[in-house]
Amino acid sequence: MVIQGLAFYLFALITVAAGVMVITARNPVHSVLYLILAFFNSAALFLLMGAEFVAFILIIVYVGAVAVLFLFVVMMLDIDFARLREGVVRYLPIGALVGLVLLVELLVVLGAWTIAPGGETRIASPQPSLESGLTNTEALGNLIYTDYVYAFQIAGLILLVAMIGAIVLTLRTRTVRRQRIADQVNRRPEEVLVIRKVEPGEGI
Amino acid sequence: MGFWDGYVWPLILIVLSVLAIVVPIILLVAYLTYAERKVMGAMQLRQGPMVVGPFGLLQPIADGVKLMAKETIIPSGANRVVFIVAPMLTFFLALVAWAVIPFDDGWVLANINVGILYLFAISSLGVYGIVMAGWASNSRYAFLGGLRSAAQMVSYEVSMGFIIISVLLCVGSLNLSDIVRAQQDLWFCIPLFPMFVIFFVSTVAETNRLPFDLPEGESEIAGGFMVEYSAMTYALFFLGEYANMILMSGMTTVLFLGGWLSPFAFPPFTWIPGVIWFALKVAACLFVFIWIRATFPRYRYDQLMRLGWKVFLPASLFWIVLTAGALIAFDWLPK
Amino acid sequence: MAFIDRAARSLLMTELLSGLGLTLKAMFKPKVTLNYPYEKGPISPRFRGEHALRRYPNGEERCIACKLCEAICPAQAITIEAEPREDGSRRTTRYDIDMTKCIYCGFCQEACPVDAIVEGPNFEFSTETREELYYNKQKLLENGDRWEPQLAANIAADAPYR
Repeated sequence: MVIQGLAFYLFALITVAAGVMVITARNPVHSVLYLILAFFNSAALFLLMGAEFVAFILIIVYVGAVAVLFLFVVMMLDIDFARLREGVVRYLPIGALVGLVLLVELLVVLGAWTIAPGGETRIASPQPSLESGLTNTEALGNLIYTDYVYAFQIAGLILLVAMIGAIVLTLRTRTVRRQRIADQVNRRPEEVLVIRKVEPGEGI
Repeated sequence: MGFWDGYVWPLILIVLSVLAIVVPIILLVAYLTYAERKVMGAMQLRQGPMVVGPFGLLQPIADGVKLMAKETIIPSGANRVVFIVAPMLTFFLALVAWAVIPFDDGWVLANINVGILYLFAISSLGVYGIVMAGWASNSRYAFLGGLRSAAQMVSYEVSMGFIIISVLLCVGSLNLSDIVRAQQDLWFCIPLFPMFVIFFVSTVAETNRLPFDLPEGESEIAGGFMVEYSAMTYALFFLGEYANMILMSGMTTVLFLGGWLSPFAFPPFTWIPGVIWFALKVAACLFVFIWIRATFPRYRYDQLMRLGWKVFLPASLFWIVLTAGALIAFDWLPK
Repeated sequence: MAFIDRAARSLLMTELLSGLGLTLKAMFKPKVTLNYPYEKGPISPRFRGEHALRRYPNGEERCIACKLCEAICPAQAITIEAEPREDGSRRTTRYDIDMTKCIYCGFCQEACPVDAIVEGPNFEFSTETREELYYNKQKLLENGDRWEPQLAANIAADAPYR
């Protein structure tokens, strides 16, 4: 248990530190790399809680796909730090106001925080029911595909709509001649070639 | 349970078993480069390395010594930390994934029950080493290579994920040993043959091997993400690429070729230990990797994307539906 | 019909498989390359390699300092200085070939009236410095002594065609 405790504090500390670095790092690429580090450590925290399925899905989806695309975009940014800092003073008041509002809201939410009755017992046994031989993956699957199937399907639909929306917004119909590889491969000589006997001095 | 029994002794055991996996793999990586040069030489009517040692057998060691003795050059405009970390990450990831591969019944370092997810997660991280290298080199060629690999590896991961799901449907477990045991009667490469082909091609794309080696693309972008690397940093990329090849072959073996199981379940074949069967199957996959490299020219980038998104993705999606439907219709679902 | 044929071809990847078959077949064919430092290909008697100055069988050097080779050398790689020896015969005091200039055209051996300067069969004379490629008379004579049996055989083999 000592090692688990130490591991928890190590991972938690790195997660928080990486999170801070994400917003303070000068270089946006470094920010994304710190974000990845934060993802990793939160996955490790999930593992410590015995939620291995969620941990690996976090790595596969967020680190393996989402963060790659982040990195892809951020790497191509050409950032001029001088221009970035230009408007700081002008926008400081409104920025501070928005920040203050958010802070107050957070405080209100935290102030109303109460632990659900009987919650302590669940914290003590994070793994739902190891005795019954049910793995994490199965337990999660049972929940998603039975109790919450409509919520799950609606989430999927929303994502689909978002995807179609993004495609509609960015799709440009270009009048470029496209290559049709199948047509090229399937071309037969007799369809496109005409062999003619050319007499000397006459031409076609 | 004292301090010695509780912490030190298990730690020593773990380190020893890690070494027992890592050392043979590094040796195997070295000799895979030799095998590649020999096989490609034979296919091009050449002899391959012949000078260092009998039949050139010591060539990989000579190469290693040479690479270690050379100077590591860090370009002046490079982002030093990321530049150094990138090759280490590539190599590290290629080795870490071996923790869950079962070499024989029970011969596995960490028999976790989401083994296949772990493998998939590790293989999806492979792109970072390359993207970071491409960005940190501060060179246009390297950057192009990094961008290409980011797009390419993410695209092929999607269809790989679907193929893994179709295997999981037939097994009912995410544990790699269970996946192998489920193939006791019939290897999955037979009922799921199209998936097997697509998976193998995707692994070739995932490891950036020819004909999908666009991130490297020696002839167009001069070595891509590796263009600024030299000596040991270059060697780590090189070793990482080959270790990844072996890993992907291992993954193909476990998912489709019945892992440690012998091809026929009667005596002369069952006497041979499972490790040897596993090694033979991995070797066969590696041969196909090299064989493909010796045969096909490099894809063009738009063709690569077309293959990934317009051919493999719909095909694998269709096959999942088909597999699931067949399992339900004939009541073959694993209990 | 043609459509089905084409679809089957691309679905079964027949073209890719036949390509793979070709490389597999090539793998078992005899190799066409030589294991170079240990095996070498045959060389024509007319091969123009490293230069050598020959001697007569009695040990007297052949070169009579006529400077025809120096005159004909298109790369001006040859430098010759000459004066009479004590016994009155005309011999070179200096015979240098700058091998970094030489284009191995063979005009020097064509021009030589006494078969003294020849280009031998040796092509493995790489060095680590440029200085080592500025051959002097002593080096050329040593080459001649070393390769004499082959040089003589080459000249004899080529004689009927001259």
